[in-house]
Amino acid sequence: MTEEIVLNVKNIEKSFTGTKALKGVEFSLRKGEIHALVGENGAGKTTLMNVISGVFKPDAGEIYINGKKVEINSPYEAQKYNISFVHQEIALCDTVTVAENIFMPAINQSKSFTVNYKKLNAMAKEILKPLADIRPDKLVSDLSMSHHQIIEIARALSLNCKILILDEPTSALSESESKALFKILHELKSRGIGIIYISHRMGEVFSECDRVTVLRDGNYLGTYDIKDVDRREIVNKMVGREIDDTYPQKLKDMQMTREVIFEVEDFTGKKFRNISFKLFKGEVLGIAGLIGSGRSELAQAICGFSQVKKGKVIYKGKEVKLNAPSDSIKKGIVYLTEDRKIDGLFLDLSIMQNISAMDIPKISGKVIINSRLEENQASQYVKTFNIKSRALNQSVRSLSGGNQQKVLFSKILSVNPKIIFLDEPTRGIDVGAKAEIYKLIRELAGEGIGIIFISSELPEIVGMSDRVIVMHEGEKSGEITGEDINEKKIIHLASGIVKN
Amino acid sequence: MADIGKNLSPGTGRRKGSSIGAALNNFPEINLIFIIAAVWIILSFLTKSWNTWGNIRAILMSFSIEGIVVIAMTIMLIVGGFDLSVGSVMALTMILAGKFFLSGVNPWLASVLAIIIAGCVGAVIGFFVTKVGLNFLITTLAVMVTARGLCYVITKGTPLSLFELPASFKFIGQGRISEIPFVIILFAAIVIFSDFMLRKSSVLRKVIYTGSNEKAAILSGINTSRVKFIVCVLTSTLAGFAGILYMAKFGGATAQFGTGLEITAISAAIIGGASLSGGKGTVLGAVLGVAFLQIITGAMVMLNVNPYWQDFIRGLILLAAVTLDHIRQSRRRVI
Repeated sequence: MTEEIVLNVKNIEKSFTGTKALKGVEFSLRKGEIHALVGENGAGKTTLMNVISGVFKPDAGEIYINGKKVEINSPYEAQKYNISFVHQEIALCDTVTVAENIFMPAINQSKSFTVNYKKLNAMAKEILKPLADIRPDKLVSDLSMSHHQIIEIARALSLNCKILILDEPTSALSESESKALFKILHELKSRGIGIIYISHRMGEVFSECDRVTVLRDGNYLGTYDIKDVDRREIVNKMVGREIDDTYPQKLKDMQMTREVIFEVEDFTGKKFRNISFKLFKGEVLGIAGLIGSGRSELAQAICGFSQVKKGKVIYKGKEVKLNAPSDSIKKGIVYLTEDRKIDGLFLDLSIMQNISAMDIPKISGKVIINSRLEENQASQYVKTFNIKSRALNQSVRSLSGGNQQKVLFSKILSVNPKIIFLDEPTRGIDVGAKAEIYKLIRELAGEGIGIIFISSELPEIVGMSDRVIVMHEGEKSGEITGEDINEKKIIHLASGIVKN
Repeated sequence: MADIGKNLSPGTGRRKGSSIGAALNNFPEINLIFIIAAVWIILSFLTKSWNTWGNIRAILMSFSIEGIVVIAMTIMLIVGGFDLSVGSVMALTMILAGKFFLSGVNPWLASVLAIIIAGCVGAVIGFFVTKVGLNFLITTLAVMVTARGLCYVITKGTPLSLFELPASFKFIGQGRISEIPFVIILFAAIVIFSDFMLRKSSVLRKVIYTGSNEKAAILSGINTSRVKFIVCVLTSTLAGFAGILYMAKFGGATAQFGTGLEITAISAAIIGGASLSGGKGTVLGAVLGVAFLQIITGAMVMLNVNPYWQDFIRGLILLAAVTLDHIRQSRRRVI
């Protein structure tokens, strides 16, 4: 690793209508390093990157590239300085080929009236070869999420990028896909590309990155060599208070009951086959597996969101038929979706209206809604979950990720559920909120509510579950209990190397 | 909720917004009220007869019946759809009721029958949208043309003359209760009732959820297909009801009546704050939207604007309204 500094920003300030998003932030990037940028949601990470990539103009401060002071006024100008930003939400054209996506900027700037597809595909192949085995003439819609990410990176490489910004690239990837991505990043690093890496996953930051910069509430808290700091120190800096990084206490052996409260028998649907499991009272049951292993589909099918070919759901000792979400909600079996923005929340509606959505009869008489009941219910949840908001009628869109997730929890808890399927309940939320959610989940389990906990983050599965079911390509590849739960074992089962 | 989460730290969630900005956000119609007031003041200077009771009544009259369709369209926009067929469904209802009456049916019964048929047209739209899975654009466009075609088939192109309608029936379109036209009173009642329902009724709350995020509504256990179906039937029924009022008002029915109503209704609803992307809209906004359009139309008449230019200007207003909606939406997304 050289000490050559390719990007240096000093004293960046940026305000949005009254709120200061960045207050004198510093950042530097060396040639050929992976530099992690961490901080809670709203700390200013994405804003800083938007300043560097020309999306926002800073109110004050300087940007130096290779020692020269520059002004970057648009993403197009950022391209000229060889800066590429791979956003959290991937922006690819689904209906055209991989090669066309990679060279979209080049085609855009080309003077030629026609496109030479043969040459285009050959060039795409060249760029993709060291990254992954993707055919350049495939349609993007036929590829997986992780390949989408790689195509974005390939596009950045096609622009001869020297500074690559990645905003939470692994939040939608499975463990093995993340590993593959890091292999690519290390390859890019060895070519001398400086990589800025925004992440919430401390594990990755410490195993894969060279330096780390911490932001909190728009303030710069420092840059450290990874080898000189430990995880706890960084997390505490991010949160600004001592945080209990560990997971809440699991059930002790003696607390384990054998009382079955929910059971699934031989469930078979489009993306999963012959799944059976029991849920015991008081436990948190984890479901692990790679993305695409059928975990979410299984949970959704159990709750009646999609057709099943065969299988039984046994609840309270009786077989129940759940053909629609309304059936399962009536029985107290609820599903917390993995993507709160797409099918969880009503982003433009108020906190209050979001919380009421699942059980309208509860707040209304036969036909007319009782505003007082609705307000009381909402303010009670806002208070108990410490949802940071200005007012109950504030739109959910304006809340931070963690607070949005708490609104989603409030919504499903409003029906007094007995069985809860949690699909990636901590995705994209900050460390502090994560800890609160873990605690809440444990409390719910303690009250006798059945918890099925689906997650792609192995540390979380290991830290939270009393028992883990692992899925591989739609089948249950194993079940582990108590002391046997560890990451290695889960990976082996999830990748189909071993079965038990 | 029992005592779930009792160990979590106490909340800071305050209940009421404090700043003026938040208050304005909670009352988006305020801008439109200012604009209407400004236009009104300008017009009172430009034309002497603007502020007379006669003119005010004429403006109120002119949008009272149309306003019913705008409220229906607003609810349609809230659920995430729109209905291009309101104009021709309105004409069809008038013609059917007129035909029934001319063949000897009691006018009230004839009207109820015709409105029920209008509701069935809405059910057909609802069926194609929710069961077959077509989109609103193509379904309501097809129904718009089909219903208009039926109007011509039934009337063979000649207007129905309904001067024989009894006075008691004509009252609903022409009558006055001490100087105030009955349609205005009726419209006011519908406005108050539908505003209350949109705020408080659980069915219309489901409409809001469905339009705001249909997937989330489904996962929350709401039968969104049924909600959309109900709104389709409601919209056509209200369009039919408006048609009956027009029939009583004019004592006649023609096949081409209500042409272009969909444009006015959608423009008014969007000017009033409803959005083509669903989930938003208020009854007050709908009323203000239609009032604004009617004031502009009234002004064009008063200022002797060539009628050929009037459609041109209405088209520009629609374009401006949709652009405004688009800007509002994209700004929201940035935040």
